[in-house]
Amino acid sequence: MRIRFFTWQVWIGFLICVVALLSYPLFFVRFPVTRDFPWANLFLYCVATVFLIVGLRRAFGVAGTRRRRILGFVLITLSLLVFGLFCFVVFIFPRQLPPSSAAPQAGQKAPAFSLTDTAGRTVTLTELLSTPLSGKPPNGVLLIFYRGYW
Amino acid sequence: MNAVGIRPVAISVDPPEVSLEFARKAGFTFPVLSDPNAEAIRSYDLVHKGAGANGRDIARPAEFLVDSSGTVRWINLTDNYWVRARPEQILEAAKLLR
Repeated sequence: MRIRFFTWQVWIGFLICVVALLSYPLFFVRFPVTRDFPWANLFLYCVATVFLIVGLRRAFGVAGTRRRRILGFVLITLSLLVFGLFCFVVFIFPRQLPPSSAAPQAGQKAPAFSLTDTAGRTVTLTELLSTPLSGKPPNGVLLIFYRGYW
Repeated sequence: MNAVGIRPVAISVDPPEVSLEFARKAGFTFPVLSDPNAEAIRSYDLVHKGAGANGRDIARPAEFLVDSSGTVRWINLTDNYWVRARPEQILEAAKLLR
């Protein structure tokens, strides 16, 4: 008990690292401002770094003991791993998308398709482009391809 | 979207029942279509092999604005799964179709 509370800053720093990791997919992705570049999460990591440095200086300082130093070392290693995981999840993994170099470009014809809607009806691209929208034919259609709901 | 005369259409490999639930929860009023064999997805070159649950092929995220003649006028192929087209970008592109 005494050890944990003496180096409480290191624990706080570690907890902030975990929160900074989880809060991106659970919260910050909902807002384009914090989603497109995770500045809010990086700010949390800066705050965590301050706590970790303060806590480590105490653990390795005059009043530090071997157990406190080990604890400090373990927590900072875990914090770095959490930060590494965050970087992977936010910067590396999501960029591993296929090149899609043969996707139709502006000026090309959109490939026709015939797919099933949520009511089980078959719908074609031609129908989507001609069926009235608010009483008149649509100016166009926005095809939104997505991964799926899971 | 309605105000600029654009009909959004969402497409994924999910079966109609799953898409129905998704559309219901998200409050979508536009068509959500199922492409279980990724046929349309393949014709648009958007197949992301093995990236879905149980290793199934799914679509990588992408948006295509198609005009009334069936011609693609604007595309968005994000290079980062987290970064999606913002509504303002789409509305700007929709002005091309007026």
